This record gives sequence, C-alpha cells and structure tokens, in this order.
Amino acid sequence: MSAIELTIDGKKIEVEPGTTILEAARQLGIDIPTFCYDPELPSNGACRICVVEVEKARALVASCVAPAGSDMVVHTASERVINARRAILSLLVANHPLDCITCEKTGECKLQDYCYRYGVADSEFSGEVKELSDDDSNAFFVRDMNKCILCGICVGKCQDVIGAGAIDFTKRGFVANVGPAFEDSIEDSTCVFCGLCIDSCPVGALIPKYSLGKGRPWEITKTRAVCPYCSIGCNVNLHVKANEVIGVTPVETNPVNRGHLCIKGKFGWDYLKSGDRLTRPLIKSNGVFLEVSWEEALALIADNIDEVKTRYGSDAIMGLCSPKTTNEESYLFQKLIRSLGTNNVDSYTRHCHAPAVDGMMEAFGSAAMTNSIEELSDTGAILVVAADPAESHPVISYRVREAVRNGAQLIVADPEPIGLTDLAQHYLPLYEGSAVALVNAMAYIIIEEGLQDQAFIDKRTEGYAAFKAAVSKYSIQDAAEVTGIGEEELRSAARAYAGAEKAAIISTVGANYSAAGGGLVLALANLALLTGNLGKESAGLYLPYGENNLQGVSDMGALPAVLSGYQLVKEKAVRDKFSRSWKTEINQNAGLSAAEVFTSGENSAIKALYILDENPVTCIGEENVETVQFLANLDFLIVQDIFMTETAALADVILPAAAFAEQEGTYTNTERRVQLTRQAVNPPGEAFPGWAIIAELAGWLGFEWIYDGPSDVFDEMTSLTPQYAGMSYERLKTRGLQWPCPSEDHPGTAVLYEGRFSRGLGLFTVVDDQTAVPSRTEISVSSAAAYHACQCQSDSMSKRSVINNFKRDSGR
Amino acid sequence: MSTVVETREAVTEEIDLSKVDSLIEPYLGKKEMVIPALQKVQDHFGYLPRPAVERVSKQMRIPLSRIYGVATFYAQFKMKPRGRYIIRVCKGTACHIQGSPKIAERIEDILSIESGETTDDLRFTLEEVACIGACALAPVIMINENPHGRLTPDKVKDILDSYQ
Repeated sequence: MSAIELTIDGKKIEVEPGTTILEAARQLGIDIPTFCYDPELPSNGACRICVVEVEKARALVASCVAPAGSDMVVHTASERVINARRAILSLLVANHPLDCITCEKTGECKLQDYCYRYGVADSEFSGEVKELSDDDSNAFFVRDMNKCILCGICVGKCQDVIGAGAIDFTKRGFVANVGPAFEDSIEDSTCVFCGLCIDSCPVGALIPKYSLGKGRPWEITKTRAVCPYCSIGCNVNLHVKANEVIGVTPVETNPVNRGHLCIKGKFGWDYLKSGDRLTRPLIKSNGVFLEVSWEEALALIADNIDEVKTRYGSDAIMGLCSPKTTNEESYLFQKLIRSLGTNNVDSYTRHCHAPAVDGMMEAFGSAAMTNSIEELSDTGAILVVAADPAESHPVISYRVREAVRNGAQLIVADPEPIGLTDLAQHYLPLYEGSAVALVNAMAYIIIEEGLQDQAFIDKRTEGYAAFKAAVSKYSIQDAAEVTGIGEEELRSAARAYAGAEKAAIISTVGANYSAAGGGLVLALANLALLTGNLGKESAGLYLPYGENNLQGVSDMGALPAVLSGYQLVKEKAVRDKFSRSWKTEINQNAGLSAAEVFTSGENSAIKALYILDENPVTCIGEENVETVQFLANLDFLIVQDIFMTETAALADVILPAAAFAEQEGTYTNTERRVQLTRQAVNPPGEAFPGWAIIAELAGWLGFEWIYDGPSDVFDEMTSLTPQYAGMSYERLKTRGLQWPCPSEDHPGTAVLYEGRFSRGLGLFTVVDDQTAVPSRTEISVSSAAAYHACQCQSDSMSKRSVINNFKRDSGR
Repeated sequence: MSTVVETREAVTEEIDLSKVDSLIEPYLGKKEMVIPALQKVQDHFGYLPRPAVERVSKQMRIPLSRIYGVATFYAQFKMKPRGRYIIRVCKGTACHIQGSPKIAERIEDILSIESGETTDDLRFTLEEVACIGACALAPVIMINENPHGRLTPDKVKDILDSYQ
C-alpha cells in the first residue's frame, strides 16, 4: 500500500497506512495531549482529551484511534478542539482534589499541565466527589484513588505488560475505580511492586514512599546508571537532590528494559543509605576494629603481602572477586593479583553457573546467552523449562508476554504453575526431575515427525547419529510415564516448538551450582541444534545468569586459568602480550580455584587473601563452616566491601568501597551487553570506588600504574581483549555494545554463532540420565536467595533495603 | 473440597469448590466465556461467594482482579448473599405520587436494612426498581413473583409477616 498524505495544522506529512492521526502529529512535533494513550497498550480513545478537528468530519475525533486518511485536513488546536478539551478537563477537575500545593506530582502531572495550558483553574461543574481513603498498606507506595482519572494505563501495564494482574477496573459509573479484587489492599493482592503503574500514572494517584516530601521535579537531576541486582542490567535514572538518591525511574530508550523494571530496580537501591555502610578503613587490633587513615591501611596491607610473598612465595596469595564489581574493578583486581606473581584469582561466577557454562562450552565452544533479550518479543515459540523468569529475571518474563501478545506459542514445563503459566498455550506440569526426559521426548517426536532442520544439522552440527539413536531408545509411552505428560500434549508441545520459524528456550537450571543441571543444559542445546534455532535472530538459548556483572567479571579474567577475554594463561603468546602491557611477568601456571581453596581448611596453601564485595561466609543462604575455618586460618585477610558483612567481620583490614550509584564504570549483562553506569552521588565518608582503591594499593605494592579515571582502565582492557577491542565509553553511552565487538566500526554482536560455532560445528551430546536433573522447585529450595524476585545471590544489599519487606506469597 | 465462608455475622455457608469446578468445566481454556461461567456459579449459589470466584480465577487462569472487575461491572452479578424473598419497591412515577417512598421507608424500618441490602437471617433483600408496569395498583411492591398493590404503610407489616 502506498503512503498516505495528510495535512495537520497546515503542515503536510506522508505516513504509512495504519498510522493514527496522533502518531502522524507527533512525527511533525505537534503535541496533542493524551491521558489514556500509551504506545505499549492498545488505544481505546476513552479519555477524549486527544480530540482533533478533521475537516468534513461531523464530530471531533479521538486522534489516538483515528487512522490518518488520504488528503485529510486536521486541526489540532482549533477553537472547537480547545473548547472540547476544556470541557473534559473541567469534568475531571470537578472530581479531583486540587491540593497541588502539596501533591507529589506537581510539576510532572498531566492534568495540571493541561489545565495550565488551556486555562482551566476550577471546574464549572459541581457535584458529588469521591471520598476514598488512601491505600497505605505496603512499604513501597501510597494509592490515593481520589486522584485517579481512570485512564486505565496502570491496568493495561499490570495485566498485559507485567502480568501481575493485581489491579483492574472495578464497578461502574460514578463509583468506578481501579484496584485489586474485592477491594483488598495492594499488599494483599498479586502486586509484584515493579512500580510500572507508578511510573505511568499521569496524575498523583500513585506515589512511591521513598520520595514523599523529598523534592520537586525541577530540583532533581537525573543520572543514568545500571541496576546493581540481576544480570539483565536494566538502565535506571537515579533521581538526585543534594547528593542523595531520592528516587528511581526506568530509562525508556534502551533496548534492555525499555521503560520496565522489577521491584529490585525500582525500590531496592535504598541500601545506599544503610547505616551499615562502611565509611572508613578499619584495622583489626586485638579483635577490635579501629578506624584508620587510608595510608595506614594500605601500608599495613603492603607490609603483610610482602611478608607472605617472602615467606611462602607468590602462590600463597589469592584474590576472590565478586560478580557485583565493575569491569574496571575486576580487571584491575586480576591485574594486581597477577602482578604479584600468581594466577590465584577467581570469583564465584563459575562456581554458581558451572552447569550452564560447561554445557554451552561443550555444545558450542563458548558460554554466553546466544541472543539478545529484546529479540524474545519477536520469536515464534518459547519453551520455558526449569525456570520462573517472572520471579528470577522479571524483564525476561515481560518480553515473553510481549511475544505471546505478538502471536508466539508458549510452552511452560514445570511441576508447579509459574508466573507465566496463565499465558501458556502448552502447560506441561511434568513430574519432579523429569525435565531431561521431556526434552528428549520432544526431540524424539520432532525426529519421528520429520520436523527437524536437516539442512542445519547436515551443515552446522556433528554427533547427530548417536544422538538420534539415543533419544529413539525410549518410546513416547515411556516418556509419558516418566514425565506424567500425555502423548498428545507432548506432541503438540514439540510441534509448537519445532513448527515456529524462530524458537527460543529459557532456563535458569544452569544458573545453579548443582552439577546435575548440566544434563538439562545439554539436552536443551540438542533441541536447539535439532531445529536449527541457533545463529539466527529471536531464537537460541537463554540461560540468564544471576548477578549483575557475572558475565563481565568472567570476561575480565577474574578466573585462575584465563586472562581477560578468556585468553589462556598457559599460552606464551598471551602471557607475552600482557607482560608487555603490564610491564610485569605473568606466572605460567594456572591458579587455584576458589572452590578448591575454600574447602582446603587448615591445609590451605593460601596465606593471604583479598576479597572484593563477596560474602563467602554466607553465600548461597547459610553459614559455610568450612569457609569460616579456612578464613580463620589465613595469615592475612583483606575485605573490600560496601557493608560490614559476616566475612568482613573476619578480616584483618577492611576497605570501604563505593556502591553502584557512587562510581562510574561498566557492567556486562547476561546478553553480553557492555553498559556504562554513571556516578550520581558521592560515596559515604572516605569510601572510594573499588578500581581506585586497587590502583592506589598497587602503588603501595611498588607498581607504577597511572589511570586518570575508569575510562583509562577500560581502554587498557580493550587493547588487550579482542571481544571488547572496538568499545569505548563514548560508544557505550546510549545502547551499550554486545561483544564480540572487535573493531571501532563494528556494531557489536546481537546473535552468536551466525555461520559458525566457536568450536566449529555444534555438538549433539547424548544425555541419557533421564532423572538426575533437579527441578526448579528443588533448585529454589537449594539456593533460595539467588532467585527471589527481591534478592540476589548474596543478599547483603537486598536485606538492607525496603524490598526485604516484600511478602512474595501474598495473594497467590 | 469445600471451604467455609462467613457471609454475615451469624451466618456461615459451605462453599463447595468441587461444585464450582463442575459448573465451569465447559468453559476451561476459554477465557472469553468468563461471563457464562460466573452466571452458572451465581445460579447455583444465588450470588458470587469469594471462594467460588477465586476458584474460577484459578481454574480459568484469569487474574482475580479481572474477574472481579467483570462481576462488579454488571448489575446481574451479586457479590453478597441475597435473601429468600426479593422485595422490589416500584419507584415509577405513578407509585411515587401515590406514596411509594413512605412504603419503602416503612419496609426499611421493619427490616432494619436499606435499599440494596439483605437481612442478617437472609430472609429478605430489598431493592428499588424503576417501574414494574402495574401502575393501576400504585403504590405497588413485588415479593419474588407476587405483586402487592394499593398499599399503605400500615399494610406492610402483615404482608412481610406472611413470608417466613
């Protein structure tokens, strides 16, 4: 169809057929007021504030639903239009508290703005007004429904975008309202406190408690940062007044979260102001911590490191990095440890995610999310196995919902209903522990019915014959018995997955330290290989990690056998490259892993340990006796953190670090996207950004490092790391970049394995052990803290935040 | 499978959830059929008890808020138990002129409820209707299917007493 030409306020414009008058006007920069319109939701033309006059049309039309027509002549601000808008505003104001002086929304309230624009000071109508009491039931926000103008945006967001289904319109006529079922409080509803209703409310009906009385919009500066919780890496605007973060809103223009957040990003940052923050360096003297100067602390560390090195050698020193640190900090950390002559540097990244990493390494030759989060919205089918993304990675569940709205088939396989079950066309409540059998049965059906992508298998994979023989050993009846899912359901699920042009798989089973999860990762990789769902857009394997910079910390080489970019320590050419840049010799032997060291108890070869932002004493939920024993036997323990944790309490020296909002740096999210996070406020007291502390300590240890700022560190790292070679802070500013990005003109890589797997051909693996796989529910029990919507692995941040109040089982 | 619900201070009622399951069975997987499903449930219980609505939500995989929104939008759905006898007081013009407000007032006095409410013993529910089309009998009320016309406030008590 050809473009449509129309005239709006005397300006001609050509638009695609189907474009509404509102969208056409916005393309011309004409601002038509709206209340109920939201680009993410279907328009319904309910509020009528967007009416415009179309020549030859009998009545005014709602521009948000009226399609642009050929040769239409539209007036968006004629007298007739303005009178209509005034009447609408007057009707709204007749039943809206005019307490703008104290209303939190003043300055960014659409109702206020439009009344100002059209000169509506008071209502010409008088009548009954609503007298509802506030819903102040929860720790997060206040609902004053007297201010609600019933635009319905929050309802659409809650029901369709988020899927929480906590609120809807209730009743009708004058008493119509928006709220939970049976007039329950929000606290007792299925609300997940993502805050999207607050962010999209055009008036002051929904107000976050953290900002009550804290500041007016015009007093606030917004700084763009990256959420410090999970590996999605949502972009947030930190609202700052007088060196204090007083609010958070989602960034709408980035591909990761596109204006959405979950409870962690929206409400979880108040730990910044926790009284537990470390503000000065501490030295333990006779069992008591004393506040000391930075010089004193760093001198003590340098003396002790020197002594351990002299007495026991370099390999008695170790560094443990955290998946929460920035790329710059973790890069400098492994550089420092390696400069001391040892490769004993590790993080819990591999420990917690070994099944995902190992499985993908085996099948593809490298381990990272194969596709981008935003691509999920356009996929044709999604298989969710052993995962509850609504709980663990909410933004992924929002994309799944979007995909289903766009027509995708959703297959959910889980013993218990999960956050996406309500949407699934195929819900397979399989028996506990039978996920591998289910996935193998789907593969069997796909082969039996000839639905596999034979061209892909022939050209891009190996090991197919053995795999085919292995899955064919079991009949569908066997599978039905093992899984508890009937043959017809199995068949229709397999057809839905294999029949889609592009199909994606989501699982968090690999994000678990249980080794048995590896079998399921391999089985899922087989399924993707079988159907050719790799190396193309909106397909692939989504095995999201836990912590925010788990990907980046691994990429930076905070691992015992590899330098940044997974370059092997054992290769001389690699060592030479780094030696030249760092002006120091690199030890040729791979270092010890955290797992072996932390379980070595009294016999440990490690005498001095430097821990960054990690709390191994209580990591994964409960106190680890073996770890405590190991730590107690050290000659010297340095802990650098933002809080006095259980681990820090065992340290000889504690260094106070800056938190996410207090420093500039980069994080690499689970889809390999490197994103810039910026400093919004100063660190408390004498706390410093982690990278700066390490750089300063390097000086005390005799190394001549000169960095003007974190971007200097980043530039050095990119010069040594092929996957990051084309990146710079300048290039990361808006959308970030996904690695591999080998050169400055490379756009980054959204989809891995186009044309080739890292290992050459994709490998089918026989996964025969049908029952050894833990189900999601068993996983949730074993590492509960890792997957709660309001927590991350070590809960040191979330337990010092208001989000610790989230009663996640309420109303379900 | 059943649950006890407190409907009024003194009255508790057993809500048979397996009955709900069988009533809505034909509509499972058909979210657009939520209104017929609620009608079946209401036909059985006389109103929409909360545990039954929650069951519909769970079985049909529709958020409770959405079902509540539908149920409270349509006047046909009652969220509270209704009496055995539904009194409809005609508020049409003819009845109004002939004194129907005084009739309604007397009923409210005797039963200690207001229009739209139900007595604690679930005997009567009082409603006002626009016109029942029996103007010749004004002022008129209906109790279930029985019209009572040419009323005066003094006649009300005996009429109510005849419905036990």
